[in-house]
Amino acid sequence: METLRTLPGDDVRQIMWRFADRYDIQMTVQSARSLARTLVARLVAEGARHTHEWTDHKAQLLDAFDSSGLTALFMDPHQGGFIEGPKNLALALVAFELAWVDAGAATCSLATNLALAPIHERGTPDQRDSYMSRCVPPQPGEDRTIIRGAFALTEPLPYVGVETNTLVGKLRVAEWEEGKEPILQVDKRGRFITGMDFANFATCAVDTDDPRIKTSCIVIVEDTDEGLFDRGAPTLKMVHQLSSTRDPVFNLKVPASRIVGGYTVKDGVIVPNYTHSEIIGAVFHRTRVPVALMSTAKLLSAVEPVIRYHRQRFRGGDAQPGTPKFDLGIQQKQDAVLRLAEVWAMGEAGASLGFETARLFDQLDPSEKEKDRIFSEQGIMGPKSQLSALRKVEKQAIELLGLEAQPEGQRDEARIEALKADPLVRYATLEALANILCPACKLWNTGQGANMMREVLALMGGYGITEDCPGFLFYKWTDCQLEATYEGPEAVQRRHLSITMTNEVFLARLRIWIEEFNILAATRPETGAGAVAASMELWLWTLEFLHRAKDPSGARLYHNRRQNVTFPMADALCWVMASRAQVGDVLELAEKGPENPIVAEGLEGTLGFFADLSMVQAARAAGECARVCAQMVYGFGPQDEAELAAFEALRAGIDRATAGAALAKDRAGQALTQVMIPEALDYPQ
Amino acid sequence: MSAGYHIVVCGGIVPDPLQTLEPVKGPAGWGLKNELMLPAILDPWAGHALFEAANLAKNAPGSKVWLVSMGPKAKLQQVMMTIAQKVPFELVVLDGPAGGFVEAQAVGTALAEAIEAIPGLDKSRLLVFGGWMSASRGAGATLQIVGEKLGIFEQFQGVDKLEVQSGGALRLLERVEGGSYQESTLDGPPAVVGWATGELPEPPNNPQVGMQNMRLVMPALQKAKPVKVEGGPEYLSVQVPSQKRETRVVKDTPVDEIAKEIVDWLKA
Ligand SMILES: Cc1cc2nc3c(=O)[nH]c(=O)nc-3n(C[C@H](O)[C@H](O)[C@H](O)COP(=O)(O)OP(=O)(O)OC[C@H]3O[C@@H](n4cnc5c(N)ncnc54)[C@H](O)[C@@H]3O)c2cc1C
Repeated sequence: METLRTLPGDDVRQIMWRFADRYDIQMTVQSARSLARTLVARLVAEGARHTHEWTDHKAQLLDAFDSSGLTALFMDPHQGGFIEGPKNLALALVAFELAWVDAGAATCSLATNLALAPIHERGTPDQRDSYMSRCVPPQPGEDRTIIRGAFALTEPLPYVGVETNTLVGKLRVAEWEEGKEPILQVDKRGRFITGMDFANFATCAVDTDDPRIKTSCIVIVEDTDEGLFDRGAPTLKMVHQLSSTRDPVFNLKVPASRIVGGYTVKDGVIVPNYTHSEIIGAVFHRTRVPVALMSTAKLLSAVEPVIRYHRQRFRGGDAQPGTPKFDLGIQQKQDAVLRLAEVWAMGEAGASLGFETARLFDQLDPSEKEKDRIFSEQGIMGPKSQLSALRKVEKQAIELLGLEAQPEGQRDEARIEALKADPLVRYATLEALANILCPACKLWNTGQGANMMREVLALMGGYGITEDCPGFLFYKWTDCQLEATYEGPEAVQRRHLSITMTNEVFLARLRIWIEEFNILAATRPETGAGAVAASMELWLWTLEFLHRAKDPSGARLYHNRRQNVTFPMADALCWVMASRAQVGDVLELAEKGPENPIVAEGLEGTLGFFADLSMVQAARAAGECARVCAQMVYGFGPQDEAELAAFEALRAGIDRATAGAALAKDRAGQALTQVMIPEALDYPQ
Repeated sequence: MSAGYHIVVCGGIVPDPLQTLEPVKGPAGWGLKNELMLPAILDPWAGHALFEAANLAKNAPGSKVWLVSMGPKAKLQQVMMTIAQKVPFELVVLDGPAGGFVEAQAVGTALAEAIEAIPGLDKSRLLVFGGWMSASRGAGATLQIVGEKLGIFEQFQGVDKLEVQSGGALRLLERVEGGSYQESTLDGPPAVVGWATGELPEPPNNPQVGMQNMRLVMPALQKAKPVKVEGGPEYLSVQVPSQKRETRVVKDTPVDEIAKEIVDWLKA
């Protein structure tokens, strides 16, 4: 039987992650990769991670990001960038490539973008162009220095760490002369602020401490402003040491034009156009996706060093070339390859989910701008009134999803066109999905990814926890923990999901997926689509049950404060969403693979292998989902017998849908003993 | 020289040397196992030629650089995602095999024909650059044949340095034995220059440069004509040289001690 011949190359990835026709993105990937596997790898190998301080040694990264074009990636061409339009997928791929070697370096590269993100998402056109173009490296003949930024949301609270929802940083009016622009006093202490060693500006979240300022906001401070711009003490961190982190102190005077997104003056009061939380919502919505993929990159990067190590183990003594002992080493033992297949399967699922989310944001970006334009024309300002205006188009969004799901030729194309032409409907449809996929990949890829990285180290035995472990696997494992924490720890993502996963537009889409995947289960059973369909069905049934059911004291089960219900359900959904995305990528490879001569060669084996991984992962996800749902239905009981019977029937269905998964894992494990790997790891240790 | 040079760089692609390369015989003759699926890179010697060409062109206004490459179209496209980011050039594509099993004569002929056909190429200003060897087979003959076919008999191989002198003459340093160089001076183009490693480092990838180049690279790839190479030798058997590694991994050895050990070994 044909099996996987080589590790999947770029051609395969470009198809699966949908950038085969984007040369700009392919080049960016190559750029990031060569930097990762030269300078970044060298820094780690030379021990640059052994200090908390930002050193000249580490600072080489900044020049390298500049000269390789990565610094300019976030910008539009008129600001000095080179990609027109949304760049979420491009940024996600860069984070993935850099984190393949070291996620701290990836974070370092993205930190200025994070600082710019509030300006990019909600800044005035002036703020946007001015800061973005100053953050681009000077072109030949230009006489200026590049500026870099830091994003300061979190801050120290007395006696505790930080709590992302509470702001102590303050904004006051310092001077306000009649007819002139007000001058503001910014007072902010940051905690764990990335890029602070070399930042020239910071975007700071501050609350109002002055009756003449209406709300909280984000304000830009610069190192040349009047007052104190103290970079503070370095964070004594044990992870991501290739990025700089400090606890800065700002006490500065800035003009009111530094309020991100601008302000209006009403009855003598400065009214910021956006509160800090509105801006942060938009920022994290996007920047969480690359973070999710950093953890994923590590799982996939582990495959090759583990295979190499396993094959070379036990070579000592009398092993002769050509004997299984020599060629396979510990790969002769099934457990070694089966566990690695699980690691790979989860890595694939994370990549599928993360890159799907990045692509979704590339679609969402223009539609969000369009929505904002329409709302501002209609005078619908502020998050609350926008939300209620959007609620009105939800019905149409659901109608659109329903129509699109009907077979071509039988559906009302005119109505579809009409609904699609409505930017608000389009926005509502995309946003409902983004509101699931973004927290899901941030939570699942990083959290479960960190757990799985532990398995990777276990596969290397004692070697895994030594300093010379190939591929820096130990660092990669510990780094995952930060990715699971920053930009909102896991609890924050679960809370986000517990609210958005009951959105009717999303639930309508989920029902359509269930139908689609049931059809797929009949036509492409080898992908695990049946297990995914059964999981979605069980999850949805359980969610509906939790809304009807009560505990013995008569209290409702699905409730904001009942995190013993909402949080596990959020976790279960993540597993299923990741598997769903993975099946999608396998189908894409099956469809587009034959068109590419390189991929077509050996496609049968590649496709079979990816389908096996997809099946393995779908079975695992089904198990997690069924376990959580069972805990919900039985754990808060006793419940009505009829409810229990209905649940048991569905649960039995989920188990059955995993038929053949163990065989798929056997095949995947066997493939790992055959696949050709390079002679040497392509970066130094 | 005010009009600048027309520099044509001949550069093939080769499988990434970090990969496992195993010769196998297929229906179309000898090749490497899973050849199409292995990642490819620009031949390292050709890479040096390209970077030197770009540098020379940058310093001589009016110059232009072409990269002529024969290889499977789909693979070339992949390699261009990196190469096109490094320096500005115009690509000329020959869609043909790149496995290292084709006779130098056939490759040289195809390349020479492609160079002849470049529109607007001024032969009086022509410098044909390439690697003096290649990582796929290192016949060391291809570039020479290209030159002969084009009627360029001023040829230099194993070049590490090319300097333009005040009168426009070219000073070249060719590698000879024992780390020494043979120095030659040439009035000016045309000439064939087979590069050793040159002097310039590999420029970093910059997608901005790449975006400029890709406007010409993509159409060139699309209209690439397939090249049929026929004849050539029949191989009875093919083998990669068996690896002989005697590696000791010893950590934290002082540099002096390592140096002493190497000297002792050389003397022994
Ligand atoms: C190296 C590094 C770099 C960083 N860079 C930046 C930066 O550039 N800019 C910036 O602003 N910040 C930055 N941060 C801060 C980072 O984003 C915060 O650490 C993060 O938001 C988590 O805050 P916390 O550590 O206080 O955890 P908390 O929010 O206190 O959470 C801790 C735990 O409390 C529980 N919990 C919290 N909230 C809830 C809830 N609502 N419901 C239920 N349980 C809950 C959960 O168990 C959670 O895991 C960085 C941090 C590090 C370590």
